Amino acid sequence: MSRIRTTRALAAVAAVGVTALALAGCVAKADVEGADALAVTSTDTACDVSAATATSGTLTFDVANESTQISEFYLLADDGLRIVGEVENIAPGASRTLTVVAQPGDYFTLCKPGMVGEGVGRTAFSVTGEAVAATGDDAEQKQQAVDLYAAFVKDQVEQLVPAVDELVAAYESGDDEQARTLFPQVRAFYERIEPVAESLGDLDPRIDYREVDAVAEGLDWTGFHRIEKDLWVPAEDALNADGETPAWQDWAPSTDEERAAFGDQLIADVGELNTYVHSDDFQSALDSQGIAGISNGAIGLLDEVATGKISGEEDWWSGTDLWDFAANVEGSKMAFSLVKDFAVAKGDDGATLAGDIEQGYADLDASLAAHGSLADGFVTYAELTDDDKREFTDLINALAEPLSQLTTTVLE
Amino acid sequence: MTDGVSSRSARSTTGSSSDVERAAQPRDETPPTSGLSRRGLLGLAAGVGAAGLALGTGAGAAAGVAVGRSREREGTASVYDYFGEHQAGITTPVQDHLHFASFDMMARTDRDDLVSLLQDWSYAASRMTQGLQVSATGAVGGSPEAPPDDTGEALGLPAAGLTITFGFGPTLFETADGEDRYGLAAQRPALLERLPAFLGDDLDPGHSGGDLCIQACADDPQVAVHAIRNLSRIAFGRARLRWSQLGFGKTSRTTAAQATPRNLFGFKDGTANILADDADALAAHVWVSSDDEPAWLAGGSYLVARKIAMLIEIWDRVRLAEQERIIGRDKGEGAPLSGGVETTAPDFTAAGADGDAIDVDSHVRLAHPEGNDGIRILRRGYNFVDGNTDLGRLDAGLFFLSYQRSPEQFVRLQRSLSTDLMNEYLRHVGSGIWAIPRGARPGSYIGAELFA
Repeated sequence: MSRIRTTRALAAVAAVGVTALALAGCVAKADVEGADALAVTSTDTACDVSAATATSGTLTFDVANESTQISEFYLLADDGLRIVGEVENIAPGASRTLTVVAQPGDYFTLCKPGMVGEGVGRTAFSVTGEAVAATGDDAEQKQQAVDLYAAFVKDQVEQLVPAVDELVAAYESGDDEQARTLFPQVRAFYERIEPVAESLGDLDPRIDYREVDAVAEGLDWTGFHRIEKDLWVPAEDALNADGETPAWQDWAPSTDEERAAFGDQLIADVGELNTYVHSDDFQSALDSQGIAGISNGAIGLLDEVATGKISGEEDWWSGTDLWDFAANVEGSKMAFSLVKDFAVAKGDDGATLAGDIEQGYADLDASLAAHGSLADGFVTYAELTDDDKREFTDLINALAEPLSQLTTTVLE
Repeated sequence: MTDGVSSRSARSTTGSSSDVERAAQPRDETPPTSGLSRRGLLGLAAGVGAAGLALGTGAGAAAGVAVGRSREREGTASVYDYFGEHQAGITTPVQDHLHFASFDMMARTDRDDLVSLLQDWSYAASRMTQGLQVSATGAVGGSPEAPPDDTGEALGLPAAGLTITFGFGPTLFETADGEDRYGLAAQRPALLERLPAFLGDDLDPGHSGGDLCIQACADDPQVAVHAIRNLSRIAFGRARLRWSQLGFGKTSRTTAAQATPRNLFGFKDGTANILADDADALAAHVWVSSDDEPAWLAGGSYLVARKIAMLIEIWDRVRLAEQERIIGRDKGEGAPLSGGVETTAPDFTAAGADGDAIDVDSHVRLAHPEGNDGIRILRRGYNFVDGNTDLGRLDAGLFFLSYQRSPEQFVRLQRSLSTDLMNEYLRHVGSGIWAIPRGARPGSYIGAELFA
């Protein structure tokens, strides 16, 4: 949900995740040669890594781009979502090196030729051995956290771009069943990084305003929710999200021409978002906020859940609020994971706070899992009972209260 | 101090005169420079002891807040002790406003969570009742990067006679399924069980029961709401608000100096209430004695809450004589229909124009100790108006609160009222019962005896 929130969102940019190991180092340096150097070959269809296991400690991945496009290489945490390390902007024919201090655990490697989409050659990668201590000074580690945060946002938007293409193709061609299936899945990429988009002036209104928001602000109504209403056509006597305005007042299902216009507009707007998150402006905005921006992003995403999703106001016609809910929580959790170690480093109070927050995420995840998953789909909002909503509210309160102390703790 | 050790985290705290941010008078606007962070507040630990000390010396001495004695003067200047033999908010002169809240413990909480919650609540209550903010840094003295500890709406307001009274419901000791979540089942008072069904009950589970309760009373509604709001926030993750109720216009008095107030039927209520200076009656009818079981509840009491909706639009169309017959008192003076003034004892043998002067099914007769083996209770209820119903009627009534030595006293009286003429205009829509522990000892926390 986007209206209203733009000022706060500025301070909130959004969400990235990284496990403990990320903080120690993941900067691309062409001149690092480690004893454990791993060779990575990025092609248009594959991402071959010379070994599937390594021993914990400093790892270097020498990434050779043999594809026809600019490529990227990612080391992802075991959830396949959080970025542990990444190297980008590898020109065709060029090589770059990713250096990370890797803790024991399970990971995935993948390449992303063309810089959009989910990438190719996703392969399990495991690290064995003892845990290693972080190195590097505080400022360096914080900058690394910010860089990883930026990388996560970019990765999500890069996946959003082709996903929107696919959704719009189905929508414009009248394959509504396919479009309805894709709608909540596509939105997840957006919802994980929502505060970033909301910091961008009129972009979020074009992409994510609900009808009642656009009417209230006198804007042309476009974006996801315009498409949503065409895909889930309201009953004749239905009311809009304000509980008052008839659904069919000043609205009719889009014609083919209108569908083409709304679809193309969404593609263009998402493209603009992608351009922005790859710009120097975005990086410098993140840099200026530092880890406080990440921490505030974690909080902001939970606020999104508490205000819009828990009340079923976001996806009024489709009822797919739980997808948005889960994606917001994922984004929040990743932002937290990125700054968690800074909190723990503050001593017992910080460690207790981090523990409380982790427990809060675990409890909320468990409650969400009772209703589905992003991979397999959720029940619709209408299927939730009052008790279900009450439980979500209590768990969000339990999580958000300690989470609201995170920024001050890491800045202390 | 030893009772105050939390399992969560330990951070010692210091109080200073700058803690006194919204004390009665004089007010000290100096921003606090020392003290308790939010984590310290949540973790509490040594905080209780330190806080007790601070309130007894620093705050009390520096700001002139009365500690160690209660002011009997009513009004916004009143400050009542939090610590003491009995909890405040029972015999305390009834304040004008109520915010009552019922809580359930959250899933996956353990005994340590419960103890830490009671410690944190006690610390916050010990401050707020003295007119202080919920922590030393309060609403504006903390880090600009953190949400303030105190929500701030009571900044600049005096203590306003705030009392905060805590209670333990039957389900805290043992759930309806018989689960002993906190190792307390053996400590459960035998008499503490869900109230039996009464004729005319129309109870809403969403407005009944609860593992824990907090009664916040003050002469300023904003102060009472501030207390419940902040205590709810402190509880997040450990206990969740189950239901809450705002009340206004006290319907009972607990001191002779207080005029007998009126309920929403327009009648004086609680004329025969137990008063704070009637030590014998309090000992006999209100306080759990050291001879009673269980020992940990000595000095405490039992609280019954009943949300009683009044069909006031119907009542308002009843002719005056009938209203007075139903109540058994005259509406203007409050005198029993057997004659005299308000304080005259009713004469149930007196004859009226046609039959008994006081109807056998009148409220005053059925509720009177004379017909109930001398049983009395201490009533402390409030009027409520929660807007209106879907039918366009005022959603109004009496939020009945009574304190008694044994729940059996209430049960006996409520059963006596089964033929009450007033029942035609009442619906009991909410119900709850809680054991009220003795007051917290200085340096300790509410209910510490339960965990000893």
